Amino acid sequence: MRSSANADRVAARLRRRYAAEKRFRAYGVAAIIIALGFLTVLLASIIADGYTAFVQTEVRLSLDLDPSVIDPSGKRDRADLSSADYAAVVHNALLARFPEASDRAARRRLFRLISQGADLEVRKLVLADPSIIGSRREMWLPMAASVDQLIKGNMARAPEKGGQFSERELAWIDALQADGSLKTRFNKWLFTGGDSRQPELAGLWGAVVGSFYSLLVTLALSFPLGVATAVYLEEFASRNRWTDLIEVNINNLAAVPSIVFGLLGLEIFLNVFELPRSSPLVGGLVLTLVSLPTIIIAARVSLKAVPPWIREAALGLGASRLQMVTHHVLPLAMPGILTGTIIGMARAIGETAPLLMIGMVAFIVDVPATPLDPATALPVQVYLWAASPERAFIERTSAAILVLLCFLAAMNATAIYLRKHFERRW
Amino acid sequence: MSTTSDAYLRQDADAAAGMAKITAGDVNVHYGDKHALKGINLAIRANEVTALIGPSGCGKSTFLRCINRMNDLIEGARVTGLITLDRQDIYDRELDVVQLRARVGMVFQKPNPFPKSIYDNVAYGPRLHGLAHSTADLEEIVVTSLERAGLYDEVKDRLDEPGTGLSGGQQQRLCIARAIAVSPEVILMDEPCSALDPIATAKVEELIDELRENFTIVIVTHSMQQAARVSQRTAFFHLGELVEVGDTEQIFTNPQHKLTQGYITGRFG
Amino acid sequence: MQFLTLVAVLALMSAAVYRMGRGRAQALAVTGVHRLHSLPSYYGYYVALWCGLPAVLLIAGWLSCEPYILRALVVGALPPEAKALPAARLSLLMNEVRQLAASGDFRFSSSPIATAAAEQYRVLRANSFGAMAVIALSLAIVGGFYGMRSISPKLRARNRVEAAVKVFLVASSTLAIFTTIGIVLSLLFESLLFFDKIPLTQFLFGLDWSPQTAMRADQVGASGSFGAVPLFTGTLLISVIAMLVAVPIGLLSAIYMAEYANPRFRSVAKPLLEMLAGIPTVVYGFFAVLAVAPFLRNLGQSIGIPIASESALATGLVMGVMIIPFISSLSDDVISAVPDSLRHGAYGLGATRSETIRQVVIPAALPGIIGGILLAVSRAIGETMIVVMAAGLSAHLTANPFASVTTVTVQIVSLLVGDQEFDSPKTLSAFALGLVLFLVTLALNVVALHVVRKYREKYD
Repeated sequence: MRSSANADRVAARLRRRYAAEKRFRAYGVAAIIIALGFLTVLLASIIADGYTAFVQTEVRLSLDLDPSVIDPSGKRDRADLSSADYAAVVHNALLARFPEASDRAARRRLFRLISQGADLEVRKLVLADPSIIGSRREMWLPMAASVDQLIKGNMARAPEKGGQFSERELAWIDALQADGSLKTRFNKWLFTGGDSRQPELAGLWGAVVGSFYSLLVTLALSFPLGVATAVYLEEFASRNRWTDLIEVNINNLAAVPSIVFGLLGLEIFLNVFELPRSSPLVGGLVLTLVSLPTIIIAARVSLKAVPPWIREAALGLGASRLQMVTHHVLPLAMPGILTGTIIGMARAIGETAPLLMIGMVAFIVDVPATPLDPATALPVQVYLWAASPERAFIERTSAAILVLLCFLAAMNATAIYLRKHFERRW
Repeated sequence: MSTTSDAYLRQDADAAAGMAKITAGDVNVHYGDKHALKGINLAIRANEVTALIGPSGCGKSTFLRCINRMNDLIEGARVTGLITLDRQDIYDRELDVVQLRARVGMVFQKPNPFPKSIYDNVAYGPRLHGLAHSTADLEEIVVTSLERAGLYDEVKDRLDEPGTGLSGGQQQRLCIARAIAVSPEVILMDEPCSALDPIATAKVEELIDELRENFTIVIVTHSMQQAARVSQRTAFFHLGELVEVGDTEQIFTNPQHKLTQGYITGRFG
Repeated sequence: MQFLTLVAVLALMSAAVYRMGRGRAQALAVTGVHRLHSLPSYYGYYVALWCGLPAVLLIAGWLSCEPYILRALVVGALPPEAKALPAARLSLLMNEVRQLAASGDFRFSSSPIATAAAEQYRVLRANSFGAMAVIALSLAIVGGFYGMRSISPKLRARNRVEAAVKVFLVASSTLAIFTTIGIVLSLLFESLLFFDKIPLTQFLFGLDWSPQTAMRADQVGASGSFGAVPLFTGTLLISVIAMLVAVPIGLLSAIYMAEYANPRFRSVAKPLLEMLAGIPTVVYGFFAVLAVAPFLRNLGQSIGIPIASESALATGLVMGVMIIPFISSLSDDVISAVPDSLRHGAYGLGATRSETIRQVVIPAALPGIIGGILLAVSRAIGETMIVVMAAGLSAHLTANPFASVTTVTVQIVSLLVGDQEFDSPKTLSAFALGLVLFLVTLALNVVALHVVRKYREKYD
């Protein structure tokens, strides 16, 4: 009697309990959907904003490389040629295309349409081959960023909606577009240039090289130091207070905010050791400290995964401890260590805050030639461009992020490949 | 140190006759607080198989690992007393443990070939100790070692395949070949057949008997039949003490100690 | 460039000496009566170490002392009126001298004194490098000779080489300790200078933060005020919002992943979630500024709540998303570590899956989850780029999530990026903030790691 009453009670509650079960499950699914949805929105919005930056609006102009403008002295002296007034060449070509722009105000408006870097392109051409002076050349030259934004549809035509161009300017642009002289072409400046105040000329190459040098320094230091530390702790040291202290330190450093490493770098590397400010060398040193704990921890895990009987076998044959490590344990742990190192490097390449502290945040036009030259890094370039007010820099920031994410994706893919194909399961 | 050893050596008739390859005098081992071996005195004769038997946890493996100082690797392990190899103290500070292990090879309970080719497994020791002067030399050492381990015919066509791909019995013989390749004087075997099937066990036992000619062998075994089959002398350990040692035949037919008797007749173990 | 050449020459010398040492040992092995103690290559390494190591140590020592000696020499040779400058101005002058000397371009020199000093600096540096190179190379040659001469069959070359390697291993492992010491010392040193000028109590309990000190002493607000409480509350506000986003989403996804998801779903969703952790924070910052903040502002406008464009809400929201994978992967580990026997016990009593999770698994895993959350909090507090880009600069003491607040890390960045005045309280205060940040995150980490470790030991 009693047991059937209980069974009834259980049955009565069952529906509610199963409903709760379903709800709980739905919460979990919802949480994952929210997180992944955010990831999708983030990536989609950056791609949507950024993909247009890979092309740049250019104009085809027929340039008259008039010797009387470029080289009045006629001596073809290299110094003269490199300081010649190429802007005049470009402007003359524009005036030849639109002779109606005769008064000064109109001319200024016309010249405003083309990039201030256009004359540099002409100069490059002439310096490469001075014999072309005196001839006529067709050339694709970059338009100003505002025209670029208009063509890409990022800026409204009408002034009341934020457009920057007058009827007359719009008419010129339309005329160029109508006869096929105005086109968007692959944006070579983005991949070959250093930073610039002109968005249409601003490039990532300087930042990429800066990041490359920094990572080179980081890799050259953190890999040997990280592996050495892990090997010492796993294969040589006995557990005592001293090794406990080292271990606690490593675990804590792994969780210290990266900006604190930047402060350390500012104080120790710049103020005490007087290393060059803003240089990839110092950036690399700071990033070494940031990524070292990650590498040490990963290396220790892979060393631990090598079974102890490998060590016994080697020692039993008369190998010394170091021989045991270098002949057997390290090679077997290496795929795991490399995976950890790549992940550490991927963390380092995206690290921004500590680099701000050591001055890798300056406006630097030149591409660094050595790790001692002032430079920025890719994520810092993202930060710098994000802070620029021009609309054109928004798409370039997004493009820079896409480039950064491509590097990260490549590194992580390598890490996954290594893990899948070389890591041994015992 | 030397007076103790002399005193001990005088005690042991075999040793005095110069027959002992290895002697142990008052060997004690502590793991932290645990007293694992208590005052062991034992002489091991050259070119014989000495079997160490006893219930699990009796200290026989611990004693074996003292002979090539593998106990050094265990944290908190403390070894006192005197162990000599050819009258030389192996715990002497001046002695290089690496050289000791080149003279005293070891085969482990579980076959543990390196995850390398069969050839490289056997060649590792000679390379390590610079025993070969040329590639041809090395190849000869490898082939001879594999032959002596009775494995060559089975693997001669696949020397560059990984040693881990062999069967359990073959792996263990590979490990024996690897140990022989260094030409040690002594081979320590720590329950070498416990992971093998009966057929593989029989092969390894046969091999041990053949190896006796050139090596001094100390084998720890769990199986008394095995001890009876392969060894000339047997030492019985119990709770960290050496209870009895003697010719194998004598130990199995006429044990002097009640504990030994109990163990070999299967009353405990 | 010169330096690289020197290093390359040393490397080549060591390599050559290695071959010589190995060859000598091999010859001994063939002709000698005694067996070699070690393999011939160890004799090579031994000689190479003798050749390279002393030289490298000398170079390292030389380079770390050089700036100080050079500075002392140059300062000593300055004309008396320059020497009489106050310390801060003198250090500015010396900075200029170093920069002039480094660039070699004296056109932008501020004074003839600086030009002359820079000239001298250049000459001294060149001499110093020459001396260093000569001594280093001589050391390498002498060391190489010594190493070669000591080769004999009895030489324990392997043991010597291994001892050297072991010293390197030990030294590497102490780097972690030195890094911590370096952090503490550098933060403490500058902070003490700061607390010399601004009392600790004002810093810790003051309610007004406006570090813009005036250039001239007679200007209004010349002293600046350094009450850091608004920064602490701002950091706290943003972190709380971030945790409100990250903890439920992270925890629920971890539970779903660990308890419900089939392996196929897991193998797809888990890496995707971890992608969120791989995205650099500067990207999150840009996204917050570009998309989230305007979206929230417009949303606020349409429902009549004024939301600042640098609102704590937008910043905290994005930071929360960044932290989700952190919480989910830590909790996933912890939940998976709960032994199945506990689950089976609950199932055996007729509990549903969710009841088992809520009443058995989560309570059992709670210490580990809390440890993970503490680590996440420490990360939120120390996060820099998102807040630098998306949060405000001016300090407001408010708990309103729609208002703009600033954080400790934002202030550190804004105080130290750009031109710095040496020894001004403004610059120094960044280090004091850094010290607070370090201590707070350190405390959180220590507690969290302790809790997690205790938890792991329980079920391992």
